[in-house]
Amino acid sequence: MTRLDGGSTPQQRERATTIFEKGSPGRRAFVAPALDVPEVGGLIPASMRRAEKPRLPEASEPEIVRHYVNLSKRNFDLDSGFYPLGSCTMKHNPRLHERVAALPGHCRLHPLQHPRRAQGALELMFALQVALGEIAGLPHVSLQPSAGSHGELAGVLLTRAFHEDRGEHRTKVLTPDSAHGTNPATVTMAGYEVVKVALDADGGVDVEDLRAKADEQCACLMLTNPSTLGIFDPNIEEIAAIVHGVGATLYYDGANLNAIMGYSRPGDMGFDIVHFNLHKTFTQPHGGGGPGAGPIAVSERIEPYLPRPQVVCRPPDNGGPPTFDLDVDRPKSIGKLRGFQGNYGVFVRTYAYIRSLGAEGLKDLSEVAVLNANYLLARLREEVGELLPLAFGERCMHEFVLSGAPMKKELGIRTLDLAKRLLDHGMHPPTVYFPLVVEEALLIEPTETETRETLDEFVEAIVAIVREAAKDPDVALNAPYTTPVRRLDEAGAARKPRVRQEL
Amino acid sequence: MSGYTAVTEQDLEHMLGVIGVESIEQLFDGIPAGVRLDGPIDLPAGEPEQAVYAELRRLAARNVSTEDELCFLGAGMYDHYVPSIIDMLMSRSEFLTPYTPYQPEVSQGGLQVMFEYQTAISELTGLAVSNASVYEGPSAVAAAAYLAKAVNKRSRLLVSRGVHPDSRETLRTLAVGYAMTVEEIALEDGVTDAEALAGGLGDDVSAVIIQQPNFLGSIEDVRALCDAAHEHGALVVCAADPLTLGVIEAPGNQGVDVCVGEGQTLGNRLDFGGPSFGFFAATEKHIRNMPGRIAGETTDADGRRGFVLTLQTREQHIRREKATSNICTSQALNALGGVVYLSWLGRRGLVELGELMLQRTHYARQTLSALDGVSALHDQPVVREFALSIDAPVDRVLERCAAAGVNAGYALGRSYDEHPDGLLVAITEQRSRADIDRFADVLGNAVAAERALADAGAVA
Amino acid sequence: MADESYPDGLLYHPEHDWASVEGDTATFGITWFAQEALGEVVFFDPPGVGSTVAANEFYAEVESVKAVSEVVAPLSGEIVEVNVALADAPEAINGDPYGDGWMVRVKLSDPKEADSLLKRDDYQATLS
Repeated sequence: MTRLDGGSTPQQRERATTIFEKGSPGRRAFVAPALDVPEVGGLIPASMRRAEKPRLPEASEPEIVRHYVNLSKRNFDLDSGFYPLGSCTMKHNPRLHERVAALPGHCRLHPLQHPRRAQGALELMFALQVALGEIAGLPHVSLQPSAGSHGELAGVLLTRAFHEDRGEHRTKVLTPDSAHGTNPATVTMAGYEVVKVALDADGGVDVEDLRAKADEQCACLMLTNPSTLGIFDPNIEEIAAIVHGVGATLYYDGANLNAIMGYSRPGDMGFDIVHFNLHKTFTQPHGGGGPGAGPIAVSERIEPYLPRPQVVCRPPDNGGPPTFDLDVDRPKSIGKLRGFQGNYGVFVRTYAYIRSLGAEGLKDLSEVAVLNANYLLARLREEVGELLPLAFGERCMHEFVLSGAPMKKELGIRTLDLAKRLLDHGMHPPTVYFPLVVEEALLIEPTETETRETLDEFVEAIVAIVREAAKDPDVALNAPYTTPVRRLDEAGAARKPRVRQEL
Repeated sequence: MSGYTAVTEQDLEHMLGVIGVESIEQLFDGIPAGVRLDGPIDLPAGEPEQAVYAELRRLAARNVSTEDELCFLGAGMYDHYVPSIIDMLMSRSEFLTPYTPYQPEVSQGGLQVMFEYQTAISELTGLAVSNASVYEGPSAVAAAAYLAKAVNKRSRLLVSRGVHPDSRETLRTLAVGYAMTVEEIALEDGVTDAEALAGGLGDDVSAVIIQQPNFLGSIEDVRALCDAAHEHGALVVCAADPLTLGVIEAPGNQGVDVCVGEGQTLGNRLDFGGPSFGFFAATEKHIRNMPGRIAGETTDADGRRGFVLTLQTREQHIRREKATSNICTSQALNALGGVVYLSWLGRRGLVELGELMLQRTHYARQTLSALDGVSALHDQPVVREFALSIDAPVDRVLERCAAAGVNAGYALGRSYDEHPDGLLVAITEQRSRADIDRFADVLGNAVAAERALADAGAVA
Repeated sequence: MADESYPDGLLYHPEHDWASVEGDTATFGITWFAQEALGEVVFFDPPGVGSTVAANEFYAEVESVKAVSEVVAPLSGEIVEVNVALADAPEAINGDPYGDGWMVRVKLSDPKEADSLLKRDDYQATLS
């Protein structure tokens, strides 16, 4: 299957051309409706009129379709193959969700429609708030944040509002060394100083280091549990006690919630604020990098500060059904984080998913995610454990981290090379070089929707690559060969950024 | 078990054997007893696909969508026609299901779409660099303020009251974290009050934030506002409606430093407010302070043209607490809709659509403000939206119109205490002259009925 | 990329910086080891001429495609010149770390600080 002879695939023979290089002056796809009102000149003062028309493409509809369909074929996607990208949760995206989200009653509903004429949407959002609150073990939910990072920002701003309402002006937020980069970036945006907490030998939070750093200046500890190392922190109760002991809040990054549903809830662990990644655990399609949604669930003491509006259920009048409304009258609210009510289209998909799975299905999802990860881990340890050892512990939750350091030393190929060679096997590589605390890291998350056969094929591919590298590392060092393009000059791109087409 | 997992009894036995445990439960032994859930999650049982479809359809039927009434409501999102090719392209697996393009060799489709999108946004806004999109409009305004803070380290933000109320509120929410203050500049006769702006400006102003066209529909004199701000070394952030930029001068050509906005009008559905995308463009010198993903052109090992995510050292996964933003994704799928829409519209179509909106908006403003009890709230030039004053309770007028199958627009009193009688009306290419005439009948009747009630009340 | 080398005559800081001292001025840069660890350099963000730097503190940033590194000043003083050529060709830091890849020239506030820096052999010993 591998071309090493300088031959090229059909796609490689085709030079990439942009839509701006296609078409021809005068071509069009859009036909404007006829002007049906009297034409009046001078409606825009000359000084405000656009002098030079934007140079958009000029192409017919068939040309546009062919262009973008051909472009799509230069993407690898989850529907085509295994995509074990750790911490991203690349699980099957049910197409029912696309169908229901496209119902005109949902997708053509104006965000400012009067609540009385948007009862279906508000009922759905209220029911989703209740469901997410139950899953988190925290009673109050805001659906507004647009992504996990946006949920984090909401959470830290809620923390600020909570402390300031009590007359406290705290300055620091604690995050573990292994934290996702959004955590420290969020802390700065919310006006706090980042204080890093060390990890212990098992990859959990170093409780003694936490105890030393947690003081009255700490506003919050942001934690992912299970962590990005795929490990459930055994000291979580003690951690919560330390953090609450100094009056700080505990923030749960819900990126890995898919590992524990039906077994544990962040609220039960003592967390005050949780964000959900609806595009991870709840299978909103990733779309090549968005859209997602990052609702938050919070404890009673944080509730007064939630963003507005909140979707509320008004008790029925004179025996009628309950009605749903948008509550903007929230005097302690941190305010809005974005326009309107959030990514409703994502809520529709999530709600359909929760209705499809129910309580049992969500628990099954977590169980199979953990089963698949442990099976894959066990197989890899058996086959290539010496070259690619598990970074911490013996088993894992829904994902695990291998270190490519011995492979680099023994075979002369890096994690990056292994990843690139996997592309020639028709698989998407795992997350590489994250978390930063593991040298030559490979973060692998198979998800619950993959079959055992697929996991076995992945193991076979890894084995084939390391065997091949033992004979001739150059094959991996120069991979991939079969993809639409080969390794790209990222340094050149960064030195002389060309971020738009010159026209 | 749902149909989305695939572990048979045989699989389970084999897999547990390989792992070396007796049961799945054993894999969860690491969760301490004290934090375990002692019963099932309290949610209804799962249902088969057809039942879930029926439930979601029931909920959809409880909404009055723009297919169910004649809609003149805008105020930030607009009922434009979404061409069929967008549905087709956005639902292709190759665009719908991948992650952010971390492996560029197998993500050339998505990366090239980003590059084309950036080119289109750069053309529209008249600014050299665009990122690959951000969440949506109002949060893009707040993101631009964070850029301004990084660039000039100043602490005051001046925001025109012509900026969308959600953008202003989002800005206030986030400015708390930025340690910046937000002051509003009043409108005068429908546009940003130049004198009030001059009075507010000083050498501690980080950015002046305006909107084009502004929330009341007026075209702002962007050049004059930029000149005033730049005299004090402040940046100018302009939120713009991209679909009007075929007929209104590009913000970048008028001195704007950062142009952001809501991308919904570019081929995205209303979706009750999201998901859509926000665009974010700036002058070349601010490229290293931009938030979010940026695609760049390069070559591969064989010299072929290709695309990668570039300038990543700005971002949270590398620069962590010093990142230009905490944003982690673009809105790639929605931005795809945006660039396909702009390609479909094309160079001439963008202008033709703008002209059509301009003419119909003028016609609608003339027609509606000629009704008894209705007048124009201001006389500024408008493109796609305009404000009226209604001499009757606006909420009640809106209800009467709704009962007649017309969504008459946005009651300005919801966010403008100074305009309790204001009604904001939006026009798209989907609202014909006949629709506008029908609206005039319905609105005229509604206003007349309310005034008659008021007169009767006064007589009684 | 250049071959590994640590020229004699330069003074070294344990954080992988070098200084070339001539009287009361010095030139700073990063060592071969540092540029190798960083990978292909794509951007150099220099301090302003006229600003002051303190020994052992950060004075500039170097970026590779996927990393940002802060550069430590081996000695204290005032920046009198920055290598403007690096703006267009930051790859010189990889290709010629002790020559074209120099970063700043500094008028030293305390030339005696140089006594605390490492000689070539002592620095090289820290690398193994």
